[in-house]
Amino acid sequence: MIITAGIDVGSTYTKAVVLDDHDVILSHALNNTGFKLAEVSRQVYLSALESAGLVESDISYVVATGFGRHMVSFSDAQVTDLTASARGATFFFPKTRTILDIGGQTMKATRIDESARVKSFRLNDKCAAGTGAFLEKTARYMGYGTLEIGPLVATSKQQVAISGVCAVFAESEVINQLSVGSAPADIMHGAVASLVDRSVQLLKRVQMEPEFTLIGGILRFETMARVVREHLKAEVNVPPENLVQFVGALGAAILAQRRLRKLNLPVADSRTGAAMPAQN
Amino acid sequence: MAYAAGVDVGSTQTKAVVINEAKNIIGRALIDTGANVVLAAEQAFTEALRGAKIEEEEVEYVVGTGYGRYRVTFGNTQVTEISCHGRGAVHMFPSTRTVIDMGGQDTKAIRVRPSGEIVDFCMNDKCAAGTGRFLGAASSALGIPLDQLGPRALRAERPVRISTTCTVFAESEVLSWLGKGKKIEDILQGVHQSIAARSIGLLRRVGVEEEITFTGGVARNIGMIEALQKGLGAKLNVSEESHFMGALGAALFARDHILAGREPAATGRPS
Repeated sequence: MIITAGIDVGSTYTKAVVLDDHDVILSHALNNTGFKLAEVSRQVYLSALESAGLVESDISYVVATGFGRHMVSFSDAQVTDLTASARGATFFFPKTRTILDIGGQTMKATRIDESARVKSFRLNDKCAAGTGAFLEKTARYMGYGTLEIGPLVATSKQQVAISGVCAVFAESEVINQLSVGSAPADIMHGAVASLVDRSVQLLKRVQMEPEFTLIGGILRFETMARVVREHLKAEVNVPPENLVQFVGALGAAILAQRRLRKLNLPVADSRTGAAMPAQN
Repeated sequence: MAYAAGVDVGSTQTKAVVINEAKNIIGRALIDTGANVVLAAEQAFTEALRGAKIEEEEVEYVVGTGYGRYRVTFGNTQVTEISCHGRGAVHMFPSTRTVIDMGGQDTKAIRVRPSGEIVDFCMNDKCAAGTGRFLGAASSALGIPLDQLGPRALRAERPVRISTTCTVFAESEVLSWLGKGKKIEDILQGVHQSIAARSIGLLRRVGVEEEITFTGGVARNIGMIEALQKGLGAKLNVSEESHFMGALGAALFARDHILAGREPAATGRPS
């Protein structure tokens, strides 16, 4: 069996996925990225290996992705997050043509063709409005943690208008809303809606086509997908909740498998030099 | 003797100033705005009155300004902070033609006539980058009080280049530079330069004409004064009262109202 790994060093979280040559996910792991990218990527990799009951020499090929991909010293290759996400999204939903990826500090819209090649993309990475950080800040101004965002919005009866132009200005908006008696749930709902508005603008700029697949850590909040669906007036695919953060890492692991097949050589473990027969 | 007052309810701090007929500041107050804007305005006003050693009844006219100016319930009228900063700056430095006002959440570039009237202005209304908030983010990331940021930035040897635009992301960038072993002074200088560069962008949009007066809370920061002067290649006027410039402008407008009330023929223009 040929086993590969994908490491996705994102702005907020670092994710790892271990995959076998039957496209079975053997394990996944994540941790906060922090500032020591090389160390955290290694640590997340080792913890994914551990939960799969594997050791480093069992892994034939490692592909790194995400903004910190060049810091993954043990990777055999690097791909952009857009390429990796496209591969991961089509793993779950083969008919995906447009991907919306909302992470902690970025928002990305990508249009792909039937072979998961990137045709067009737009990023928002200069401004926290339109990223997970905007929702985290808004929640924090009201005394809620990140994981409470989803449940909070679920209790909202009607959304309050939040302009969402700037994550810093949101603080004054939130304070004003609270002072006129708006419920935190409704304010949070408004923040989600403003984020979704921004994402739809980004999607329009890549000339979105169905099917739509939503990925990224923010999709852990069920409400997010519902609000996107309402705004787009179209069905959206969302990967299983426990894997929605791992789509990029999974894509990287899939690309690692393909890379090995393409090389069509006796597969060698890059670390021990021991030759293994390719099993296709 | 008639007194006039100005209350400037800013996004971060509320300032109040009481002046006499001779346009001298006789009382001032500065408090955090917090969540209760109405209360902040009242408290700042009361504190300024106490400092001036006069009673509320002795103040004939109060002008509210700043983003919370309509919450100054005791104010007789409201004037935008743009007009007030222009007015205050020209009062302090009569040759002022351009004002750069840097506050907690916004930065404004204002071009004024010799009379203090506004010719043009430009502000960051969509984004907190290039405002005092960016310094606040650096301060909390590094655990260094705001008033020490400027002096420490001046001790930089090799300033880092801050690439982040967004204030929210700035905090992570500051920490990542720290993680890479950069000196705090060098990081701080980078932060100041980044804010200065954005503010100078605003200034260029209204057209820079000397003299330039720097107002707002951030004008107390020596590091920012230096960074702006270096970036602009020009000297800045900075008053001891820079923080109170908006409130002072408001008080001067209040004084106009008092005088105009006495002389029906007056036009209400700044005197």
